[in-house]
Amino acid sequence: MIVYGVALLSACLILGMLLGEVLGVALGVEANVGGVGIAMLFLVLASNSDRFKALVDGASGTGIQFWSAMYIPIVVAMAARQNVVAAFEGGMLAVVAGVAAVVVSFALVPLIAKIGNSETPSEENQ
Amino acid sequence: MEILETVFVRNSLVVAFAVVGLTIWISYFLADKLTKGRIHGSAIAIALGLLAAYFGGKATGGSTGVADLTLLGGIGLMGGGMMRDFAIVATAFGVKLSELKKAGLAGVVSIFAGVVVSFVVGAAVAVLYGYTDPVAVTTIGAGAVTYIVGPVTGSALGADSDIIALSVAAGLIKSILVMIGTPLVAKTIGLNNPQSAMVFGGLMGTTSGVAAGLAATDPKLVPYGAMTATFYTGVGCLLGPSILFMIVNAIL
Repeated sequence: MIVYGVALLSACLILGMLLGEVLGVALGVEANVGGVGIAMLFLVLASNSDRFKALVDGASGTGIQFWSAMYIPIVVAMAARQNVVAAFEGGMLAVVAGVAAVVVSFALVPLIAKIGNSETPSEENQ
Repeated sequence: MEILETVFVRNSLVVAFAVVGLTIWISYFLADKLTKGRIHGSAIAIALGLLAAYFGGKATGGSTGVADLTLLGGIGLMGGGMMRDFAIVATAFGVKLSELKKAGLAGVVSIFAGVVVSFVVGAAVAVLYGYTDPVAVTTIGAGAVTYIVGPVTGSALGADSDIIALSVAAGLIKSILVMIGTPLVAKTIGLNNPQSAMVFGGLMGTTSGVAAGLAATDPKLVPYGAMTATFYTGVGCLLGPSILFMIVNAIL
């Protein structure tokens, strides 16, 4: 049943959001800390475990795959509802701060990605 | 006209599905014919979305782009936080646990490095523009983290509303630039595997920006980047009004 997969996906999201909210309260932060990330972990664990096989195999799995495939259309809708006008009405300071933050962060990607990789496989190659 | 409006408003989400579907069809057509596939169809669709949001915002004076137009209200629901998070989690289906473990350390490092680096850059720009009040500098720096961290930090520190608006604008610029810029720089920064995608998500942090940027680069990387990015705003809200403010306060 397709709805089993959708229900599993929903349960993962709600559980993750709850934990993220609790984490936020525990840290004294006015935000959900990693709720979506935790939910994703739950789904990864569920889809890799035998116990949840009935909820992720066959038709149930297509219920999750459908929403995964709807991701790009949803992101396009998300882009269309951004407050683009406010972004550009913030003036030069906002533009410079935003652009500079992105450029520096982009530049750091290859540097920090190296941290993980140098741990095991690359040493064997050398 | 009235009949049209009634039907569109009553079925707003369905209208959104149709409009977004049409936009994506046009975008993939353009990507194929005009750029011969060099630019990803979804990158064009996202750019069209942002462009439409600009004109929607200009036309209505609202804050949710095209969704403020009566006939396209459903875009607001379809592109809202609930649907976005639901679809993001769904992309994790089929992800291998081993891939996540491989980039675990780099992923965690990238979240903290990303928050601090964006903050420092934003705060430095604020100082360059003549701001000396620690609260203002911290709020603008926090805005460069994400457009959520900015106002959260600003209200915690009691910043003026125009400074908070400025921090939101900085965060929005960041988010939009990540959406558009990611496919352009992906090759240069080695964004082609799950590990670098996790680091990328942690460094950029803006969930919308990362979500759209990776979608336009390679949809297979989305779950990895999104996973770390969703921790970023929380960490930013944690560090902004506390330790980062104390450091700024000590320096200025």
